[in-house]
Amino acid sequence: MLRGLWTLTWLEIKIFTREPMGLIGTVAIPVLMFVVLGRSVASRLTTSSWQGAETLRNGLPVFGAVFVAISTVLSLVAIISIYREGGILKRLKATPLEPVTILVTHVLVKLILTAITIGLMVLVGRRYYPSGVDVPVFSFSLALLVSTWSILSIGFIIASLVRTARFAPPLGSLALYSMLPFCGLFTPVEALPAPLQTVSSVLPLTYAVSLLSGIWKGNPWSSHLGDLAALVVVFAVCTAIASRVFRWE
Amino acid sequence: MSSSPVVEVSGIHKAYGSTVAVDNVSFAVQEGEIFGLIGPNGAGKTTTMECVEGLRQPDAGRIGVFGLDPIKDARALQNRIGVQFQQAELQKRIKVREAVELWASLYDAPVDATRLLEQLGLSEKRDAWFMTLSGGQKQRLFIALALINNPELVFLDELTTGLDPQARRTIWDLVRDIKDRGKTVFLTTHLMEEAERLCDRVAIIEHGRIVDHDSPAGLIARHCPQRRTVVATAYPNATEAFGRLTPVDDVSSDGEELTVSGRGDDLVTAVIHAISEHQMQVTAFRTERPTLEDVFLTLTGHSIKD
Repeated sequence: MLRGLWTLTWLEIKIFTREPMGLIGTVAIPVLMFVVLGRSVASRLTTSSWQGAETLRNGLPVFGAVFVAISTVLSLVAIISIYREGGILKRLKATPLEPVTILVTHVLVKLILTAITIGLMVLVGRRYYPSGVDVPVFSFSLALLVSTWSILSIGFIIASLVRTARFAPPLGSLALYSMLPFCGLFTPVEALPAPLQTVSSVLPLTYAVSLLSGIWKGNPWSSHLGDLAALVVVFAVCTAIASRVFRWE
Repeated sequence: MSSSPVVEVSGIHKAYGSTVAVDNVSFAVQEGEIFGLIGPNGAGKTTTMECVEGLRQPDAGRIGVFGLDPIKDARALQNRIGVQFQQAELQKRIKVREAVELWASLYDAPVDATRLLEQLGLSEKRDAWFMTLSGGQKQRLFIALALINNPELVFLDELTTGLDPQARRTIWDLVRDIKDRGKTVFLTTHLMEEAERLCDRVAIIEHGRIVDHDSPAGLIARHCPQRRTVVATAYPNATEAFGRLTPVDDVSSDGEELTVSGRGDDLVTAVIHAISEHQMQVTAFRTERPTLEDVFLTLTGHSIKD
């Protein structure tokens, strides 16, 4: 089953690490930003009198996580469109590789890189953030992987519909970033006007943000079954659509 | 040569919207031969080949490869065929060795990757990234990938397009090697010289239709039987002397250079005989054989380069 999956996944990770810009953008920049922010504000985090502490403690990690997820999806969209335009997908398709293997490989590569980024952030965070802050690192990582996995399926639709390698990433950015103002990341959903709340309730990112911030605050998974269900539905629907409209060349 | 057809195509048709790419195409590829589908760009070569490879479904007609259906029996066929695409790319930063090893991991009984790279002259490039290879090296890598599963039938689509003459010759030798190892080769090309040098049989395709098919020599003999001999001489009555010869149809002169046209294998002998008989002083002598290029021109009324 899925012959060649591990060989191809390992190979794609190696190839990815040979591309300096990709590695810097996906792994180094998020971690570096974390270090810079940590250095400048970490010492003030425990001071409860400071107004920004609450935002930093709870908002920033979720904010960062959402951006990691989005950049992961955009890089998948870029890769798929470049591979298609270059005929790489077609070349691979003419081998015993199952088409689904190629797609699963890229999802795996992205999720593994996301996990590595989180891991590095946690290591860095240990240094700068006060040890007293108790955070469910494992659960939060899992929540981020689930969110990324779900949003990736939207990426596949974008990669399917936008054929040229030049336009796929910007259109992908537009689609994903335009969800940001309504997903509860900057303003709580309850604080939005009623019509926008309706918009918010159909955006996949809303459920990702709700899951991420809840888990970060230490909520049990059982209180986020609705978010999980929504993300699974998004994945199922988008994957079904993508598999119908996806083009190999 | 055994005569069991490896590929049998009958009456296939393929249209994209209102554009007919392939129109009632039929041909057969015999075991152990190099078969060429030749014609200008956009004639329907690649579409036809991709239908046979099982990458496209023809709108109508039947295709058999080893007696199997290219689409329904794709899995069974994949281990028996090798494919090289026109304008294919690989990941920019994949190493030659990694690509061959990846391909090897996908098949049941791959050949030895190290030996294959050696045979294709890629040993020193084994650790080079794909993006750093020259056009000829890339094509040799694609041939390696097409041969990794030790296929019985190899598809080569516009193999030497864009290569310099030197690299082209190297690739031609490699294709002959493939045949010498007992494999069947099905190739497309718009280069008539390539077809003439490599192919045992060719089918000429234009506007999606097969115009004629035969061995290159057979096509030339049937459609362009005329031979030409060019003689440069100051001998005063040369035109008359050559014009009287039986195999000669026409003599035209351009200064001291006479072009003697005629048919049959006797033409050159007759011309040499006349030169010797009249003791003509000859300063240059050459014979011109018609090529597949001329056959194409005769059959379609225009040059393949147009």
